Amino acid sequence: MSKKSQKFEGDPNTTGHEWDGIEEFDNPMPRWWLWTFYATIIWGVLYTVAYPAWPLINGATAGVLGWSTRADVAAEITAVEEANAPVNAKLEAAELNAIAEDPELGSYAVSAGSAVFKTWCAQCHGSGAAGAKGYPNLLDDDWLWGGSVEDIHATITHGIRNEDSDEARYSEMPAFGRDELLEKEEISQVVNYVMSLSAEPQDASKVEAGSVVFADNCASCHMEDGTGDRAQGAPNLADAIWLYGGDYETLTETVSNSRYGVMPAWNTRLTEAEIRAVSSYVHQLGGGE
Amino acid sequence: MSILDKHKILETNATLLLIFSFLVVTIGGLVQIAPLFYLENTIEKVEGMRPYTPLEMAGREVYIREGCYVCHSQMIRPMRDEVERYGHYSLAAESMYDRPFQWGSKRTGPDLARVGGRYSDEWHADHLRDPQSVVPESVMPKYGFLEEKKIDGKYIGDIMATNALLGTPYTDEMIEAAQADFRAQADPDSDYDGLLERYGEDINVRNFDGQPGVSEADALIAYLQMLGTLVDFSTFTPDASR
Repeated sequence: MSKKSQKFEGDPNTTGHEWDGIEEFDNPMPRWWLWTFYATIIWGVLYTVAYPAWPLINGATAGVLGWSTRADVAAEITAVEEANAPVNAKLEAAELNAIAEDPELGSYAVSAGSAVFKTWCAQCHGSGAAGAKGYPNLLDDDWLWGGSVEDIHATITHGIRNEDSDEARYSEMPAFGRDELLEKEEISQVVNYVMSLSAEPQDASKVEAGSVVFADNCASCHMEDGTGDRAQGAPNLADAIWLYGGDYETLTETVSNSRYGVMPAWNTRLTEAEIRAVSSYVHQLGGGE
Repeated sequence: MSILDKHKILETNATLLLIFSFLVVTIGGLVQIAPLFYLENTIEKVEGMRPYTPLEMAGREVYIREGCYVCHSQMIRPMRDEVERYGHYSLAAESMYDRPFQWGSKRTGPDLARVGGRYSDEWHADHLRDPQSVVPESVMPKYGFLEEKKIDGKYIGDIMATNALLGTPYTDEMIEAAQADFRAQADPDSDYDGLLERYGEDINVRNFDGQPGVSEADALIAYLQMLGTLVDFSTFTPDASR
């Protein structure tokens, strides 16, 4: 250990700490740093007074400014709702068919509906509404349950084959193969017949037999000419537009195991004005009737 | 003896320094954490929260195992854009039976706090198998292997018992019937009255993945279809100062 201090003339005092001969100058902190430090302490104290902070027996102090995220978000939402209240009231009061005829209301409905669609509908029907396998394309004029504004509105409100709404559209195609209602050969025949309605069948020799199977088992819902029945959501089989696919394998799968597409009811999540807006939006996409 | 000299005793004595540092950190921790245990307003009372059914619990385990929380949050913040996109902001009570909670911290995918009932089971099955088949712009990986992995719920009672130990109100009856309830929820043709009696009338009983048997996809979809649907918001009045 060094006994002799290494201090020179003009050096500041040391702190008095000494480790193995190493000493520490007692330089003051820079002024600006010290004042900033004191300011942060004062800021901290004032902050806990102004904003919710200290835990007490039954709750925390609320702060003198009365700040609350919940109140903020409620106020923001209320402000927007109030701004849109007149036009939403008009939308709810209007005849569904008349919305598009009123240019102001119609354009509001379509742009509001477009926002609703992108938030709630696009995941299944696609951001451009072109659908996907099993999720209907909303751009064409092929409708399962009807393409008028009223039909679209009813479908969105109550959904299809769900457990949320008692008024949901409902129908169920039998699983002709799984439940052994038809023989394998009969399924092959009827699939060939269905293919012949819109395109070349896989095996033309089975078409005639298939037409008999079709008349006995399918025509009550899909109609004798295969054009479908919207009251039952039975698709048109003659128009070469397919929800799940029109090739031999997919149709065999459909006839054998049936299909059961579900759409949620939206009246539990969307307001009537929002449902009307998105109905108008879907209606004007191209296929509206 | 000045205070600095006394402090020197600590500074020159490593064990003592360790003990006193620990004491200081403990005080800081107690001030911040302890009030959360006794403050009544930390978790507000809401109607409808229930412990997860065995199948949902199994789905939650799959959710955690696959790291879903890395890309999906389960926490709707109180901001207008989030409330309008996802629904009512999340409440503390909604994660009261989550150990650990699944709030997450990053959204590569959307928030899932209220995804329950938003899509059909078939959509979830399609989407897990091949997310791009329904959402072409998605970057989510494929989870088709989940529907091929059959599970029997053999250990689900153990997981529930562990949760019961930590305070989740599972009764002995629930734990005993765990495996039966697990199978019943995925099979609408089964006798699932006991399940409804134990967990409530609103339990979804369906063949979630559309295939015979109980797979991990069944469990995961059952869990997802329940998320955010439990609290009855018609009976909820927000208190501003929480």
